[in-house]
Amino acid sequence: MDAIFLQILNGLDKGGAYALIALGLTLVFGTLGVVNFAHGALFMLGAFCAVTLNRLLNISFERVSETEKDFLGNPRVEKVPYIEQWFGPDLAGFLLDWSVPISILLTIVVMAVIGVAMERGLIKHFYKRPHADQILVTFGLAIVLQEIVRHYFGANPIPQPAPDIVAGAANVGSWLGLGDNVIYPWWRLVYFLFSALVIFAVFAFLQFTTFGMVVRAGMQDRETVGLLGINIQRRFTVVFGLAAVVAGVAGAMYTPILPPDYHMGMDFLVLSFVVVVVGGMGSLGGAVLAGFVLGILQSFASMNEIKSILPGIDQIIVYLVAVIVLLTRPRGLMGRRGVAEE
Amino acid sequence: MLGTFSRSDWLLLVIFSAVVLTLPWTLEPIGAAYPDLLQKFAIYGIFAVGFNILFGLTGYLSFGHAAFLGVGSYAAVWSFKLLTMNVLPALALSIAIAGVFALLIGYISLRRAGIYFSILTLAFAQMSYNLAYSVLTPITNGETGLQVRAIRKSAEVSLRDGDVRIIDQALGIPEVGVPITNLFGMKMSGYPGFYFCAVLLIVCFFIAMCISRSNFGMMLKAIKSNQNRLNYTGIHTRPYLIAAFVISGMYAGLAGSLLSITDPIAGAERMQWTASGEVVLMTILGGAGTLVGPVLGAGLIKYAEQKVSSWNEGILHGAFSFLPEPVQDFVVEFFSFFVGEGWHLTLGLMFMIIVIFLPGGVMEGFRRLRRAFANGASPPPRPVATTTPIAERD
Amino acid sequence: MSVAETIRDDVAGERGFQSDIPDRVLHIDDVHKSFAGLHALSNVDLDVRQGETHAIIGPNGAGKSTLLNVCVGRIEPDRGAVVFDGDALTGKSPHEINQLGVARVFQTPEVFLDLSVLENVMVPALSRRDGHFKLNPFTAFSGETEIRDEAEAVIADVGLKNRIHMTASSLSRGDKRRLELAMGLIQHPKLLLLDEPTAGMARHDTNATIDLLRKIKERGMTKVIIEHDMHVVFSLADRISVLAGGRIIAQGSPEEIKNNPKVKEAYLGEEQV
Repeated sequence: MDAIFLQILNGLDKGGAYALIALGLTLVFGTLGVVNFAHGALFMLGAFCAVTLNRLLNISFERVSETEKDFLGNPRVEKVPYIEQWFGPDLAGFLLDWSVPISILLTIVVMAVIGVAMERGLIKHFYKRPHADQILVTFGLAIVLQEIVRHYFGANPIPQPAPDIVAGAANVGSWLGLGDNVIYPWWRLVYFLFSALVIFAVFAFLQFTTFGMVVRAGMQDRETVGLLGINIQRRFTVVFGLAAVVAGVAGAMYTPILPPDYHMGMDFLVLSFVVVVVGGMGSLGGAVLAGFVLGILQSFASMNEIKSILPGIDQIIVYLVAVIVLLTRPRGLMGRRGVAEE
Repeated sequence: MLGTFSRSDWLLLVIFSAVVLTLPWTLEPIGAAYPDLLQKFAIYGIFAVGFNILFGLTGYLSFGHAAFLGVGSYAAVWSFKLLTMNVLPALALSIAIAGVFALLIGYISLRRAGIYFSILTLAFAQMSYNLAYSVLTPITNGETGLQVRAIRKSAEVSLRDGDVRIIDQALGIPEVGVPITNLFGMKMSGYPGFYFCAVLLIVCFFIAMCISRSNFGMMLKAIKSNQNRLNYTGIHTRPYLIAAFVISGMYAGLAGSLLSITDPIAGAERMQWTASGEVVLMTILGGAGTLVGPVLGAGLIKYAEQKVSSWNEGILHGAFSFLPEPVQDFVVEFFSFFVGEGWHLTLGLMFMIIVIFLPGGVMEGFRRLRRAFANGASPPPRPVATTTPIAERD
Repeated sequence: MSVAETIRDDVAGERGFQSDIPDRVLHIDDVHKSFAGLHALSNVDLDVRQGETHAIIGPNGAGKSTLLNVCVGRIEPDRGAVVFDGDALTGKSPHEINQLGVARVFQTPEVFLDLSVLENVMVPALSRRDGHFKLNPFTAFSGETEIRDEAEAVIADVGLKNRIHMTASSLSRGDKRRLELAMGLIQHPKLLLLDEPTAGMARHDTNATIDLLRKIKERGMTKVIIEHDMHVVFSLADRISVLAGGRIIAQGSPEEIKNNPKVKEAYLGEEQV
């Protein structure tokens, strides 16, 4: 029982990341009709926004220490971050400790700019082109983005700290009266809550604003909305920007769980596409549901008990589910008739 | 069947063969005439020609063809380890296993079209890649890669670390250390290796040409053009698609086998989806749907890879030494982005540029040039999509 | 008894008589289809006899195209059956229906735009000869002299001889329609379904098409033709069915239809709208 509960918890944070990426993919596909293979790269860029902020905060100068000496007896040269000099050690310490959550602000700005630039500069010209061309050009873009990141940040994963207060593990079991066996890292809980919040915000935006209404109408029937004389172009740009921001913050917040490297985007992209397909191309609810379901399934599949029965199942479970879903329910779990069918 | 080849077809074949076989001399001036690279030209040429049978003719974009390349590589190495260092059994085994593998994946993936097909093939390839690194390590030897070893002394040594080579042993072929692949005694490295690959490339090209000119090929083109109409014409399209998928999978298996023949170590990275993306790029760079295009694309990419990734700042400084010092530094700084380690960046950019500006690939470029010269004035370029949007039909 | 029911009884009575006819090829039996509550076809019964040219006419939105789509397997009816030559067509996929000998000429030209005119005609020809699938990767189609000759003849028949090696995408719309017709004809179908074969053609072309279709009739090909142009209908049809509001309101020879008050009403009604 405990083990099962723990696996569900384990699946939630990964599921949250899948759901957030898939949400953006679905939004873009549903409204713009574009298959964006560079969406994973946006997730990766978000993660590197967090890395960048952390690096910026750590920019230091050297000064000779007054108190400490090195092993030769000379005064030690120590590195002091500028922010410590400017804001004093307390605030600086706080900023450094909380750099990942704070980086969300930076991420939102950066990703919005990148998203809009990408849509205006490239995606816009591919609305009328076949899906295969869209796949190819965004695939190329994904490679370009990840190689640029590699050029500046290197190929190795760069660990990011979670704030101290949530760095440890939570005794989730004792809260729920399940005994002390269910121990779960705080940050993963935070991530799950965060992803739920973002998902909720996106849905609320689509549900309760006029803008969101038009977007939803566009997902239902693109041609009609175009005929209504609504400036669909500008909305497309905003939707793409929104998707980029969602992917970006998902990436930034994920850094304490998985140290980011330049190809993390591709790894997540393939899985997220599978998530979108399982959820049903064009269904936002389906994308979120499938994201969590697949995340949890994946964590179940990596249990030793299951692996001993079906070796390697943890590696392929997601793809296997996708294949089965596509063959039995071609429109996915919650897909609608007429969206991207053959 | 051969009597119906037109004269220009024969001419194309003869010219193609002549060009391929003389590559060791003609590529001398651009510094590409060494066996390693030449072998790669031929091998990836085969891979791309096969991929084009699926993508170029039917318009179905597979993002998982590297899986077949990988399967072919592993099968060949196992043939070397278990049977013989002779390359013929390895070739046969690789093609057969890749074909069976392609039949399985194709049978399932081809139940869907459009993006779904692309994603399904991608999922299968990733699945194979993940399995090769995890559960299947007894077969693939995981990250180390599967390689040919010396004959094992006792049955306790695992097959991964010691070979048996039943046929070679039975024939009493002497071995010292780790042997080299051969074709009845002729060593398959260096130039003989290249000529072996080159002959196979010519054979593969010929077969692709036959397919393209055949009833079967016409059906495939009709699928790309209007699959829906073909159904109403009484044609069941799926068997044709499966056949095309399996044939192109077998081409990939052959290419994988040749990779192992020229360098007997097989690793799972050959199955990664970037490798699948590479063959897509080769095909569209040269020109999807054309006969020569994919080979040309494969050659260009492999050449660029070899050259660009070997350049470094020193070479760049040499190349731009005619510029004044500060400008030179800046230019070198800029270009160093794209060379050496930055090769993949160049690759990604090439990908985008081709798709954006020249969806018909280099061959389309040639055609436009020829038309421009023929007419004296350039005619209005008609945008050509690389594929027909299957997903948007009906 | 409502008017509709009366009509229904009339038709049913006729059906009872017709089911004894041994030479009918196509038998549409009580087909019913609705889209989201809208009745596109209600209780449609229709028989097409061997060798005849049967025209289906009716005002816009009468369900003509839906009926044709049901016949070729594009739309599955909610109820009822379509029987062709003893085989039920309902539930069969388009390629199976075609292999049984039913070919369709599309209203909007659906040709293989990337292929040449000759290739466009050879594809259906091969489909007729080889069945729905034949793996022949090494049989060059340029060597199929017999089929090629036949294809060339049909292309000449429809008047595309001088465009035989052009790519279909470069043809004019009218020429695409001729090509479409050639693709149907080369299959020598037992039943040819023509969806407005002359729509959008100039008078001269229309007459040429009528002559061509007459010629096929001499070869004994059964045809069902949907047409707006009454000139075409009355030049070609042996029998006519009138479809209005998803129902067959009249059936009979051209003379009978011309004088049928219900037909006049249906068409007049349309004109008033």
